[in-house]
Amino acid sequence: MPIQLLMPALSPTMEEGKLVKWMVTEGSKIQAGDIIAEIETDKATMEYESVDDGTVGRLLFPDGAEGIKINTPIALILEEGEATSELDGFEVAAPAEKSPEAETPAPERAAAKPVQAAAKPKAAAPSAVEPEVPEGTKFTSMTVREALRDAMAEEMRRDKDVFLMGEEVAQYEGAYKISQGLLAEFGDRRVVDTPITEHGFAGIGVGAALAGLRPIVEFMTFNFAMQAIDHILNSAAKTLYMSGGQLGTPIVFRGPNGAAARVAAQHSQCYAAWYSQVPGLIVVAPYDAASAKGLLKAAIRSPNPVVFLENEKLYGRSFDVPVMDDFVLPIGKARIVRPGNDATIVSFSIGVAKSLEAADLLAAEGIEAEVIDLRTLRPLDMETVLASVRRTNRCVSVEEGWPQSGIGAEIAASIMEHGFDDLDAPVIRVCGKDVPMPYAANLEKLALPHPEDIVAAVKAVCYR
Amino acid sequence: MAAASAKKSAKAAPKKAQSKSRLQDLPKLYREMLLIRRFEERAGQMYGMGLIGGFCHLYIGQEAVVVGMQAAAREGDQMITGYRDHGHMLAMGMDPNGVMAELTGRAGGLSKGKGGSMHMFSVEKNFYGGHGIVGAQVSLGTGLAFANAYRNNGAVTMAYFGDGASNQGQVYESFNMAELWRLPIVYVIENNHYAMGTSVERSSAMPDLHRRGESFAIPGRKVDGMDVLTVREAALEALEHCRSGKGPIILEMMTYRYRGHSMSDPAKYRTTEEVKKVRAEQDPIDKARAHLLAENLIDEAGLKEIDREVKAIVAEAAEFAQSSPEPDPAELYTDILR
Ligand SMILES: Cc1ncc(C[n+]2csc(CCOP(=O)(O)OP(=O)(O)O)c2C)c(N)n1
Ligand SMILES: [Mg+2]
Repeated sequence: MPIQLLMPALSPTMEEGKLVKWMVTEGSKIQAGDIIAEIETDKATMEYESVDDGTVGRLLFPDGAEGIKINTPIALILEEGEATSELDGFEVAAPAEKSPEAETPAPERAAAKPVQAAAKPKAAAPSAVEPEVPEGTKFTSMTVREALRDAMAEEMRRDKDVFLMGEEVAQYEGAYKISQGLLAEFGDRRVVDTPITEHGFAGIGVGAALAGLRPIVEFMTFNFAMQAIDHILNSAAKTLYMSGGQLGTPIVFRGPNGAAARVAAQHSQCYAAWYSQVPGLIVVAPYDAASAKGLLKAAIRSPNPVVFLENEKLYGRSFDVPVMDDFVLPIGKARIVRPGNDATIVSFSIGVAKSLEAADLLAAEGIEAEVIDLRTLRPLDMETVLASVRRTNRCVSVEEGWPQSGIGAEIAASIMEHGFDDLDAPVIRVCGKDVPMPYAANLEKLALPHPEDIVAAVKAVCYR
Repeated sequence: MAAASAKKSAKAAPKKAQSKSRLQDLPKLYREMLLIRRFEERAGQMYGMGLIGGFCHLYIGQEAVVVGMQAAAREGDQMITGYRDHGHMLAMGMDPNGVMAELTGRAGGLSKGKGGSMHMFSVEKNFYGGHGIVGAQVSLGTGLAFANAYRNNGAVTMAYFGDGASNQGQVYESFNMAELWRLPIVYVIENNHYAMGTSVERSSAMPDLHRRGESFAIPGRKVDGMDVLTVREAALEALEHCRSGKGPIILEMMTYRYRGHSMSDPAKYRTTEEVKKVRAEQDPIDKARAHLLAENLIDEAGLKEIDREVKAIVAEAAEFAQSSPEPDPAELYTDILR
């Protein structure tokens, strides 16, 4: 049996790729370690090395073949002593069709999409309307990644004091491709690559903000902001107070927060509750692209230090965003993303996606859950939550972070203090499990909350 | 490992006279480098098949560094490194099956599947991880050295970190204390020229990383990290420096990674020509093989035999990593506190 070489995956989210070039021909003798082909996705290229010795029997795709699904055989290798007749009977699989954009929300793929190409205005507003969006406004579909980039670009055009700094933000255009095109447009004075020195550049950012500039400091992920948390708390959050109101810190700390896929304990953690505890900080954690855009613009304009928590798994997802010259959302306002009267689900960031899924499942069973996207975690819009609970009398909080002293704990305590008489059942917290994030696929799944867990919690508060 | 005897002979014999014995170990070093290379190629392939998830940082191209260092180490010496750690673990004699099964996240993995590619440890082999936060291992390694000094046990710590990591503040805080307290630690900077997409020149005001200890009076050497014997020689000297109570030392290993930073890498920050040129002219394994043949230390048949052995080990590891079961769900809640 000839050895089948399969189309490799270059990342957990990759589904297909391009065979740029064969480095061997049929009949070539190859050894383990030899480069046999160059493979490319829109984000990455890779030299494909053989792990076997043998002779190239057949190349199943030509140079330049695109849209090859991962794990599709791309070549057949004959082992020592195997005859070419062994190749007979192997069907050449047709290159898979390139899947349409809508079906490929994976961040890696969306990454290469030119940002400017997004403007295809279409009518009809999405479900819940923002008061900031005038009647008749057109909407366009864009990814959270594009929305964040546009927000930064618009604010940098508007205010010469806004600049972006962080690891790989300029030439690489962001480790998660958020700053695509920014170096080209604004140059290296305003889009600054830093060494891997989070504590140092966060402090430099705060210093620049004290001097009146408006830095956007990108952390490659918020896990690495732990190196810099001293400056975020001790320097950024407290200076206005310590200076008796003289010296403010207009700075945005942004980057992906929360669980990514299969990257284990040190790279998968939600810091929402951590920052939300600190007076002197504003903490934003948007779910959809419109909130991401409107709130990042607000964060950049804010005279206060803002911790802006993004989510890697949401970067590639598309949402409707209003087409407006200057779409800015107010900080500190939650949004009802799905109305309902039977129970209130309160969440933020990717938890909103899970809550909406849960609400669909619940609707099928006759329970209409209201889903609230908090969007800002400090200041927390408890008014919206309490008003909802006044109608539903039941509440479930949803977050990926740990239960103890979490956002859910705060919500539950606040409802108890200010809406105790409205409750028909104790508030239930749906959280990440109280463990460091494990690597193994099955354990990681168990560690995170899923729509089914939310469904179970809502049923429990509804006594069903 | 036979590292201990290599160390003794180095101590006993004057420099020049050991050139025969200097070559003696080359077949073994060649085999260790080849094992890492083949292991990593297989890991890359298994990642491509979706069997390994998340980040997976391959060591291909850098094999001579850890193999040469380890050849000079003594029983009881400790190692600590970052996330690009598979090669380090194999060089420490950790079980390839256990390493590969950790990559696939299975119960048979060295961390029971809970740590993954970046987080493995072996108390038995004195390997202290496997750390994902760039620079953290430098302070941690300095702490291991502190414990050695405290116990006065003669052991030396080798803390490995990248050119990118060498800009982290905690590196310099550690340098200061290590010299202040004369801690027995070799700081091994694996300068593969890039930190993700950032070249050393773009990140370092003073790119001679072996000189980064100067203001703390820590000596440093620049070493050809693509030549396993050169690495071993530098390591012998450095370890001797530490063991004789002179405090820390820095070795800047000039090396190169052939693959992307992790599996997904836009590869726009360097040219394929650059990669090809290093590979063609400096590959540590090709170099060792040529050296072995030229010195008649082995013949083609002998090389084939090593190839076969190494392949069998890797094939078994891959097989084990796929057949080992996923961890028991109850493992989610174990190992949080003792
Ligand atoms: C504190 C911290 N910041 C950023 C990262 C993301 N990151 C992981 S590896 C890496 C590059 C490190 O390069 P280098 O130290 O040269 O080591 P190499 O990868 O070349 O072995 C970066 C930026 C991290 N893991 N930890
Ligand atoms: Mg490097």
